[in-house]
Amino acid sequence: MKLIYFAWVRERIGKSEEDVELPAEVTTVTELLAWLKSRGEEYENALQHPRSIRVAINQEHVDHGEKIDGAREIALFPPMTGG
Amino acid sequence: MLGVVKPKISIQAQDFDIAAEIATLGAGRTDIGAVVTFSGLCRDEDGMLAALELEHYPGMAEAEIRRIAADAVGRWPLQGVTVIHRHGRIRPGENIVLVVTASAHRRAAFEAADFLMDYLKSRAPFWKKEHRADGTEGGWVEAKESDEQAATRWR
Repeated sequence: MKLIYFAWVRERIGKSEEDVELPAEVTTVTELLAWLKSRGEEYENALQHPRSIRVAINQEHVDHGEKIDGAREIALFPPMTGG
Repeated sequence: MLGVVKPKISIQAQDFDIAAEIATLGAGRTDIGAVVTFSGLCRDEDGMLAALELEHYPGMAEAEIRRIAADAVGRWPLQGVTVIHRHGRIRPGENIVLVVTASAHRRAAFEAADFLMDYLKSRAPFWKKEHRADGTEGGWVEAKESDEQAATRWR
């Protein structure tokens, strides 16, 4: 599965995207964030406040309770500041 | 009304010409009675800011703005919608975003433009980073709670 990061999430993790193999027990966005946090200091640093992380699956906004099966692309980013 | 309105959405690095966008929206039509334009610019924050770097999520930026514009078309009797959002490095005084709405009467055009901007602010995947005039790197602009609240009033 492809993960994409933007803004300070991208900077803190140190990459803009990556392909990951998710463990079978990771089925929701909340579980994905918890799993990513355990992958190293840079992830821990980027995702320390999960509530401030916005998530899009296949380029549509989702809540953290959303299931991730069927996702081709999951993006993590801070609250948006466009306009 | 000439059938279903197809919003014009553009995510681009280059500047836009507001008068040209209004002309394009109204070309060949005589049923439009009101056009509202909103343009958002980069300000210098009392001389502190040298530029903003606008990062965006290619693909989703256009898709999300298209969803917001379709929502606006469903809520108000609009005859045209144009949204242009720039990305990349933008200096104080330059344009960042343009919203143009056209309708038979002003109320729908005003309200739809207001709605579009509220939703662009809180849902369109763009992020601003500051570059300061003194050469230091500013941080990422923080999302305002007031912008989040502004969008909730349309629910």
